Amino acid sequence: MTPRSRSLFAADPQIQSRKRADARFRLYGLAAILASLALLAVLLGTVIGNGLGAFQQSYLTLEVELLESKLDKTGNRDIEEIKKVTTFGYDPLLTAAAERLIETHNIQTDLRAKDIAKLLSKSAVSDLRDFVVADPSQIGSTVSFDFLVNARVDGYLKGRVTRESIADDKMISAEQLDAVDQLVAAGALVKRFNLDFILGSDASDQRPESAGIGTAMLGSLAMMLVVLVLTLPVGVAASIYLEEFAPKNRLTDLIEVNISNLAAVPSIVFGILGLAVFINILHLPMSAPLVGGLVLSLMTLPTIIISSRAAMKSVPPSIRDAALGVGASRMQAVFHHVLPLAAPGILTGTIIGLAQALGETAPLLLIGMVGFIASTAPETMGDALLAPNTALPAQIFEWAKRADPAFYERAWGGIIVLLVFLVAMNAIAILLRRRFERRW
Amino acid sequence: MGLLISAASIAILVTIGIVLSMVFETVHFFRIYDWTNFFFGSTWSPNFRGDSELAILPLLWGTLYISAVALLVAVPVGLFAAVYLAEFAGPRVRATAKPLLELLAGIPTIVYGLFALITVGPGLVQLFGEGGFFGVSWMAGASSVLTAGLVMGIMLIPFVSSLSDDIINAVPQSLRDGSLGLGATRSETIRQVVLPAALPGIVGAILLAASRAIGETMIVVMGAGAVAKISGNPFEAMTTITTRIVSQLTGDSDFTSPETLVAFALGISLFVLTLGLNLVALAVVRKYREQYE
Repeated sequence: MTPRSRSLFAADPQIQSRKRADARFRLYGLAAILASLALLAVLLGTVIGNGLGAFQQSYLTLEVELLESKLDKTGNRDIEEIKKVTTFGYDPLLTAAAERLIETHNIQTDLRAKDIAKLLSKSAVSDLRDFVVADPSQIGSTVSFDFLVNARVDGYLKGRVTRESIADDKMISAEQLDAVDQLVAAGALVKRFNLDFILGSDASDQRPESAGIGTAMLGSLAMMLVVLVLTLPVGVAASIYLEEFAPKNRLTDLIEVNISNLAAVPSIVFGILGLAVFINILHLPMSAPLVGGLVLSLMTLPTIIISSRAAMKSVPPSIRDAALGVGASRMQAVFHHVLPLAAPGILTGTIIGLAQALGETAPLLLIGMVGFIASTAPETMGDALLAPNTALPAQIFEWAKRADPAFYERAWGGIIVLLVFLVAMNAIAILLRRRFERRW
Repeated sequence: MGLLISAASIAILVTIGIVLSMVFETVHFFRIYDWTNFFFGSTWSPNFRGDSELAILPLLWGTLYISAVALLVAVPVGLFAAVYLAEFAGPRVRATAKPLLELLAGIPTIVYGLFALITVGPGLVQLFGEGGFFGVSWMAGASSVLTAGLVMGIMLIPFVSSLSDDIINAVPQSLRDGSLGLGATRSETIRQVVLPAALPGIVGAILLAASRAIGETMIVVMGAGAVAKISGNPFEAMTTITTRIVSQLTGDSDFTSPETLVAFALGISLFVLTLGLNLVALAVVRKYREQYE
């Protein structure tokens, strides 16, 4: 026994050490919370810090003379003739335009115009060709055109590429960067907001600067539609049965255990199921958003059933009793009274389930939504469901795998887009809950 | 009514579908590959010459090792956070901290994967790699058990904390009052009364978190590496069951070769493993709830 303190007003050593232990314990708890919040901040900071760059892109303005002698030798503006000129035919136009650029801005460089033209993205010639094919009447005139510059130059403007880091780089030289500095000073090379990243399609691994996430968004949208159409009716029907009608027996018990276990099955297992059943047995097309939607539906269904049941359970039995008392059938009591009152809860659960499905990646890897270039946007609803496409998280994974670090910026940018969608969906769910939640 | 019943039984159909689709291909696999080699062999080296060694043990080791690292991060942090939220925090701290923590749980795993691949992995190499901050050269590449385990741990923190928070809150107030009334401090009450009372539930929560960790795919695909080996060094790259399923089933797969079919055997092993953990965890949690209701 430690000796007792003599005064009632002074704590004895034992009490003091117990109090210190108490304070320490409390501090550990606080530290754990602060550490988790700090990790959250680091994670979000990394995403935003690395990803915002993807929303900006550098463009070089060139005055291109669309020479009739190169583009339309016959001079009769026949669209078929013009289409025969391949992108190689447009190369000299860009070189000439680069020559003019050097003169007008008085750029001091030993490089030839051809090397200045190489600052442009590999997609520049095809962009120019598309422009001419779309509007052949421009041939013969001089047009001012904003071209994407290649990812190295863009990275230099964003600080990702430095003069030290390009020492062994064959894609760009220090002289070219000198020219870039002068072009920036002259105002011909500018960095501005890049809508094409949000709306555009993926590009081949040579052209990170023109890769966009729009097509992947369409793929995700198609999948979410499939998930919504399949899971909401089935999930609600299942929860109505389990909550309102099911007798208490071994079978319903089994169903309940089954549903809660299904919610915890690793998502990759659903991917295996999708591959084995939808693709190998039913022969649905590989990489189709329909298959992705089906797989995600199976995954989301337990979540929706669980939240719908919770919503229906919170409707007080007095509502049912009142309906039955005035002569409604049990079906009518459920569909006319319980379901409308539970609807906000069901909707909230559905939105949260959809948000989960939107961010899910692993099962999509197995059904082939990664590993190809989703370069064309689907045009019809059937295409959107059945033509090979990718999805937001799958596109992010695809970019993260590519060798050029310029794609990492794309991947982080894609994550910002994905998180914006998730935040929006969760915000809607929270608003719905706040607006319609009733306490009985 | 029939419609409602059939909707409810879809959940069972899905489970049967999962099991059947995998059992069917797994049987196929064991017809061309000896099952003793699969379960008890020690090498994983698939190749296309036809003399692949496909043993699950190295993969299982990687899976369990990474999950253990993840739990080592998530359990203390999550548990302390839950104790603080449930026992010490005022309503205002609780109302801000809890949703923020749950935000961590709502972030898709691909984000954690990218975080592991691009930020945490290279960051660890700068600390432990050749010429790094600590002057040791323990880490050769950015992919390692530690990379994947740390990031997965962050992902599991809210999972552990919110489950434990619920469970701690379910401990009857009378137990706390009794202990405090006898003169115990709050931390003594928590350590000697509340936590022991909540222990079964917390064990259940940890088991659920473990099952999550074992089945997690994206973080290990992007952070753990592709080398199948049994080693104790957390700075080495290792691989897991889920990453091998992904790599054996992506690309052009030929559904008659053992190299592809092994993915189904891996899948069913994973399914059985996580299902077992879940069943035990749910049973533990349920029993615990009944105790105090």
